[in-house]
Amino acid sequence: MTKTCVDPKKARKILDRYPSGDGTSLIHALQDIQAEFGYVPCEAAELLCEHLSVPISKAFSAATFYKAFSLEPKGDVVIRVCTGTACHIRGAQTLVDELCSILNVAPGKTTKDLKFTLETVNCVGACAMAPVVSLNGEYHGNVQPGTMSKKIRGGK
Amino acid sequence: MRIATVQSLKVAAKKARSERESIKTEVLVCAGTGCLANGSLAVVESLERSICSRKLTAELKLGLKTTGCHGFCEKGPLVVIQPKGIFYKGVKPKDVKEIIEKTLISGEVIERLLYRDPNTKERIEEYTEIPFYSRQLRIALRNIGKIDPGSIDDYIAVGGYAGLATALTEMTPEEVIDSITKSGLRGRGGGGFPAGRKWKTCRNAPAETRYVLCNADEGDPGAFMDRSICEGDPHAVIEGMVIGAWAVGANSGSIYVREEYPLAVKHLQLAIDQAREKGFLGDDILGSGFSYDVHIARGGGAFVCGESSALMKSVAGEVGEPRAKYIHSVIRGLHDQPTVLNNVETWANVPWIINEGAEKFATLGTGKSTGTKAFSLVGKVKNTGLVEVPMGITLREIIFEIGGGIIGDRPFKAVQTGGPSGGCLPEDKLDLPVDFDTLTEAGSMMGSGGMIVMDDRTCMVDTARYFLEFLVDESCGKCIPCREGVHQLHCILEDICAGEGQPGDIEKIESLSDVIVSASLCALGKSAPNPILSTLRYFRNEYEAHINDGKCAAGVCRNLFSFEISEEACVGCGLCIKACPVDSILGEKKEVHRINGKTCTRCGACRNICAVDAIKVV
Ligand SMILES: Cc1cc2nc3c(=O)[nH]c(=O)nc-3n(C[C@H](O)[C@H](O)[C@H](O)COP(=O)(O)O)c2cc1C
Ligand code: FES
Repeated sequence: MTKTCVDPKKARKILDRYPSGDGTSLIHALQDIQAEFGYVPCEAAELLCEHLSVPISKAFSAATFYKAFSLEPKGDVVIRVCTGTACHIRGAQTLVDELCSILNVAPGKTTKDLKFTLETVNCVGACAMAPVVSLNGEYHGNVQPGTMSKKIRGGK
Repeated sequence: MRIATVQSLKVAAKKARSERESIKTEVLVCAGTGCLANGSLAVVESLERSICSRKLTAELKLGLKTTGCHGFCEKGPLVVIQPKGIFYKGVKPKDVKEIIEKTLISGEVIERLLYRDPNTKERIEEYTEIPFYSRQLRIALRNIGKIDPGSIDDYIAVGGYAGLATALTEMTPEEVIDSITKSGLRGRGGGGFPAGRKWKTCRNAPAETRYVLCNADEGDPGAFMDRSICEGDPHAVIEGMVIGAWAVGANSGSIYVREEYPLAVKHLQLAIDQAREKGFLGDDILGSGFSYDVHIARGGGAFVCGESSALMKSVAGEVGEPRAKYIHSVIRGLHDQPTVLNNVETWANVPWIINEGAEKFATLGTGKSTGTKAFSLVGKVKNTGLVEVPMGITLREIIFEIGGGIIGDRPFKAVQTGGPSGGCLPEDKLDLPVDFDTLTEAGSMMGSGGMIVMDDRTCMVDTARYFLEFLVDESCGKCIPCREGVHQLHCILEDICAGEGQPGDIEKIESLSDVIVSASLCALGKSAPNPILSTLRYFRNEYEAHINDGKCAAGVCRNLFSFEISEEACVGCGLCIKACPVDSILGEKKEVHRINGKTCTRCGACRNICAVDAIKVV
């Protein structure tokens, strides 16, 4: 988990929604933390585990098991390439490869300048427009190889 | 306001219906995920603005509604104008003015926005006449596209919660279970287990507390039926669950929804709040004395959490690892209590069965697979989208009549059903009837309803590799056969696709698969080899060509082919030159183009764009 500055007040506010000592709220609380900070900061996880009286290993286990959690901060632009079946057979892998080489990061990683995060997801439900790439939640359909760099360079 | 009795539900339904009927013309804009992505929200806003500013609502008795997914996602954004059923596709905000002036005010049809049959080239006015819709039979998707999913009154107007009223006041729980059993309804989430039998076992299990849950995890990548139901008709799922809870004697439960489906979560939560307010959830439902409430549990993006025992752990706030099921979860499920878990589509069928009768449901479909099934028809098919058809229809009818055939009229190669646990079926299986048992016999499975169509440009070895990669990622790691075995299978396939396959690899795959199938803990592992075994069964020659000849004829595995431009076919149009991202194609206009094999990355952009099919795989 990455150490960064986390506003303890914000973290507290999330913790207050859950009764202290109740370990069953762990995942819900982690989801709230993820939603608030865009990832699960180490300090927030520590505060949470103290609050719920569970060992930090449990939070780590949940945060690495579920894809919805990230232990690292995300870039300003989160690029998600759908690699669901429909997108795969219409060439999603080529797009992933292309983005990896443009951004010089592996899927799941963020560029050093914290500008871009490249992720893959399994089916965003827009299979009719496969292959689909989303930029901060905005969908682009029928994406052809060679067109990605233009789309993201607007922000680079 | 709370609806406390069946009588007041009838009054409310009558009122809601007459309100609906007072609207003379209704404009329905699809706001499903596909159409939203295509910009349908801008169309709605533009319609709203124009209609309000011109005060058309009162003058023309005009209604504007955003609905769930109409299914024909390929052609979005879709606008349907009722009562005539005029179907406009690919509508842009700039078309709004014309729609209002011509269609809404003067009653004319705008030719340009109509759907054109690709075979007859004719424009079709009404959506019921478009082959994509006319061949369908919608039960689970009955209301989607017709009602506003955000309005409980709309749902009540089309007969919503009437099934619940019947069950609570006119039927005993046993009679409800009998009715579901007689209907022959089988689980739509993949396994196809008879729902009536599951409910009966749960009801008969001795316990104080029972739970009724809904599986909206929809892990199959390339399937979005459940999502469309949750987004487009959330009350149908809730009504089904309350009926189920009454039948088995449960007082609480959850809907487990994928985190990746924010709109589904939003619509379900809104529907739950409305149902609570009206008293369809909570205490003393419709004055029956029966209580049931439901909560949303958000999934965390793990495929294995769709498996019943893992799902229940995840609902309980733990890491979702499956357990060995010596005792089934209907007996010992959530918090170790008897639990019924059914899929979204299964639940959506329940109110229909109570309303229309078990017999009517049982006459649809084939002997052991009754009713209908929703599929997301995707891949290399012309009409991609969501379809619901009676069981027993053939694959050919779905793909070629409803789906309109293969994109670019290329040769059909295979259709994949059943998601990562399913398999691929070749052309000579296209006339098989689609039902649970036939598909399993043929080496695939019904699954939850993903149907992915593949053409000659899809490599079957790569497809198997793709699913294995998915499963390696999603294996929870609890049992060794799955964690290690599937990983090894994937490694072998990676090698084959990279051109490093060895003689003997196929045999190794087969024996390893045997072990994984027999020794894995849960169905994820047990079915993980299916994508390989089914492709080996029908496309063994492709594996052999990869291993022995180092060739990938589909042009997918990049180390095993190169592109060439056919001199006879090339017309020198320059499209491929523009499309190539690495500037590897040279040639003057109107002269044959050439590919520089040294710099070509084999991305296929040229092949996708070429209008005369001049780019060949060698
Ligand atoms: C690995 C795995 C993933 C599954 N994913 C789903 C899913 O996403 N949705 C679903 O409804 N059922 C899924 N199932 C099937 C469920 O375990 C269960 O059989 C089903 O929810 C029961 O409901 P039904 O009888 O109405 O189909 C999955 C099973 C396995 C083994
Ligand atoms: S597979 Fe990519 S959107 Fe469904």
